[in-house]
Amino acid sequence: MNIIEITDLHKVYDQEAVPVWAVNGITLSFEVGEFAAIVGPSGSGKTTLLNIIGGLDDPTKGNVVIDGVTINKLGGRQRTDFRMKNIGFVFQAYNLIPVFTARENVEFIMHLQGKNKNERDKRTKELLEAVGLADRIDSRPNKLSGGQQQRVAVARALASKPKFILADEPTANLDSKSTENLLDIMEKLNRNENITFIFSTHDQRVVNKARRVITIEDGAVVSDIRK
Amino acid sequence: MISSFAWQNVWRNKIRSAVIITAVALGTFAGIFTIAFTNGMVNDRIRVIIRTELSHIQIHQPGFVDNNDFTIRMSNADSILKKIKKLPHVMAAGKRIVINSMVASAETSTGVKITGIDPADGIKVSDLNSKLINGKFLEETGKNPVVIGEKLATKLKIGLRNKVVITVQDVNKNIVAGAFRVAGIFRTDNLMFDESTIFVRNSDLVKLTGLGPGEAHEIAVLLDNNELSEKTRNTISAMFPRLDVKDWQKLSPEAGYLVSAMGQYMFIFIIIIMLALCFGIINTMLMVVLERVHELGMLMAIGMDKIKVFTMIVLETVYLSLTGGALGIALGYGASTYFARNGIDLYFWKEAYAEIGYSSIVYPVIDAFTMVYTSVMVVLMGIISALYPAYKALRLNPTQAIQTE
Repeated sequence: MNIIEITDLHKVYDQEAVPVWAVNGITLSFEVGEFAAIVGPSGSGKTTLLNIIGGLDDPTKGNVVIDGVTINKLGGRQRTDFRMKNIGFVFQAYNLIPVFTARENVEFIMHLQGKNKNERDKRTKELLEAVGLADRIDSRPNKLSGGQQQRVAVARALASKPKFILADEPTANLDSKSTENLLDIMEKLNRNENITFIFSTHDQRVVNKARRVITIEDGAVVSDIRK
Repeated sequence: MISSFAWQNVWRNKIRSAVIITAVALGTFAGIFTIAFTNGMVNDRIRVIIRTELSHIQIHQPGFVDNNDFTIRMSNADSILKKIKKLPHVMAAGKRIVINSMVASAETSTGVKITGIDPADGIKVSDLNSKLINGKFLEETGKNPVVIGEKLATKLKIGLRNKVVITVQDVNKNIVAGAFRVAGIFRTDNLMFDESTIFVRNSDLVKLTGLGPGEAHEIAVLLDNNELSEKTRNTISAMFPRLDVKDWQKLSPEAGYLVSAMGQYMFIFIIIIMLALCFGIINTMLMVVLERVHELGMLMAIGMDKIKVFTMIVLETVYLSLTGGALGIALGYGASTYFARNGIDLYFWKEAYAEIGYSSIVYPVIDAFTMVYTSVMVVLMGIISALYPAYKALRLNPTQAIQTE
């Protein structure tokens, strides 16, 4: 069953009257439970594609349909709400809220969703256990290593029970051990809980783990390999 | 959650927040203390006007206040006085003979306002008795005593028990003179009053001028509450419609003006302080937004809608303002209360203050209205200061914001 359907997607940036096609006619679909990596050289359009799938950016042409909803047709507030309920984000720079503990960072999105305290507590504990940080639940980001912070970020991305996770270069700032650890956790979540992960990455270790590798060059898909 | 988040954000950069909170606290403190100080000065001046110079209400024949004409007088002052003393809230009342005339010593002479009073009533109506620095106040016995101000005594080069000659017009429009002996010397906070007003007994002036025993130019009424001046004036006016009844604000328009003008000045003063603080807070919050562009982009990406982002920035600003404001209010209240008990002695400006009728010891007066008004202004300042930085946060594009280093 397809969770994401991308049809004839284009994104053009008008740089001083010289149009740059960041995404140039991409048509793709993702099924529930995929563990997919979008790879390609810098400037190939990976992040732009991820931003459009995540509703953070608008396509110049084409549509992104998520579970039957055309996200690029949603208005600002509806889109924000849709993102909150359906999409989890993991960023390269972790982007945890520095004044919050690991627990509060994970809880935050559930607060935004209006979940009650019991539900928040239970899910936060489950998620931090799942990413192996149950013992660091009350630590602030500055007391956690880069790998630990990124694991909190994964737990946060999962907090709202999204339909899929978009991870933009999640291992770019991590050492080998942390990368291996993070990928194992995400793969486990994918296999055990059927959570869909879509990565944009340069990292061969991520590519090796991915069960589907989509290669993009100059804004177009040049290969789409399922392992 | 947003409010707790905003509160924690305030303390991300402790030094910067402490600086702006201190600025708000000092500004608020300055505002409150200045208001309390000014209130103290104004209240003291009004107290002097009422208790020493005028009393709450004065009654005259129409035209007397404008001309001080000796011939414009009440013939039945005693019966009026008797009725007024029975009115509620009247603490004391006394009749006065008021004549503009000359007083001369062996050395020199000068124009003064001679006020004839009945000593028993006079002591109750005015607190002049407590202002004596030498001698004693007018008594029922003794021959022609006079109480004069220290400045006039210096001007006339006389002291206690020295003689002065008072020259007045009698009822037949003849110039008559009487010798009086200085029984007491007073000093108030108003040098002009001290130099231009002398007090003698009514009975001595009656003898000198030939006035009838029930005649007087003025009846002064002292109340137990300043706020009742207007109401009581209206009551007396209704009782004696042919007489000119004025309260202290009408008798001393500059005092009435002082009260309303100071209120307006303080309102403007607080607004200027708050405006200055507004710009400081706006600058700080713009820096905050600029520093957190990346994070704000992330928050919008994960589902924090723009209204919540806007609310968060507004709350952070309001918390900064309120924390500083609360500190400033507490400091202002504490300092005002302390000095209200102990006074602030501006002795180095004593002469200058006395020239314009003010005491050099100021007892600040802090009231509930000032506290509420200042608190409301601080909250308003916080909200107004928040709008532009919050608007800047609102305008962020999540995609671009996330890519910002």
